[in-house]
Amino acid sequence: MTVEIREHPFDPWQAVSEYRSTRLASGKSGASAVFVGTMRDFNEGDEVQAMVLEHYPGMTEQQLEDMRSEAVSKHGLEDALVVHRVGIVHPGDDIVLVAAFSAHRKEALAACREMMETLKSTAPFWKKETLAEGERWVERNTPG
Amino acid sequence: MTINVRFFASLRERIGHATLTVEADGIASARDVWKAVSGESPDEEMLVAINKEYAGLDRAVADGDEVAFFPPVTGG
Repeated sequence: MTVEIREHPFDPWQAVSEYRSTRLASGKSGASAVFVGTMRDFNEGDEVQAMVLEHYPGMTEQQLEDMRSEAVSKHGLEDALVVHRVGIVHPGDDIVLVAAFSAHRKEALAACREMMETLKSTAPFWKKETLAEGERWVERNTPG
Repeated sequence: MTINVRFFASLRERIGHATLTVEADGIASARDVWKAVSGESPDEEMLVAINKEYAGLDRAVADGDEVAFFPPVTGG
């Protein structure tokens, strides 16, 4: 799997390491660009205790796969990996991993950045925060 | 015509259902589906997917389609 939705905590660094050793051809990728997004314990001035991440099963996976394959083809990547959490997450939990592997750094860095921005603006996920007093939906993502 | 309608996040809570089935004639577009289920005009930020692909509100719908309505996405 090169796109994965995970319902339980995951270690993105282990995922990258495993992917490199089991899925990538040795010696082809001179550059690995990795972005990891992690849950903060604050948002808009409030302490956030937990968060529920909801997605649209089927559509979310398809959006991520389309995004991944477009990045691979546009930038001539060797490969790319996308992992995203759903369910209940807590501050310090990793939420998203995007990794781009290419012969040279320019393509890997550009593709990693582009995939993250595309994911943020198009992949159907929604966050609901648990605060000290009540819950609230995150209304929009800030531009990168 | 039967349309399977899905709602996510704050729209699911507002409508009070995750899924609904709309059976009605005279529904031509996603906008008509929204009016049938909510009785309201769509708000400008609402997103629409037909059969799990993004679509505009005025995209035509067909019998058996899955039409989803949701707020701006906030993943990552």
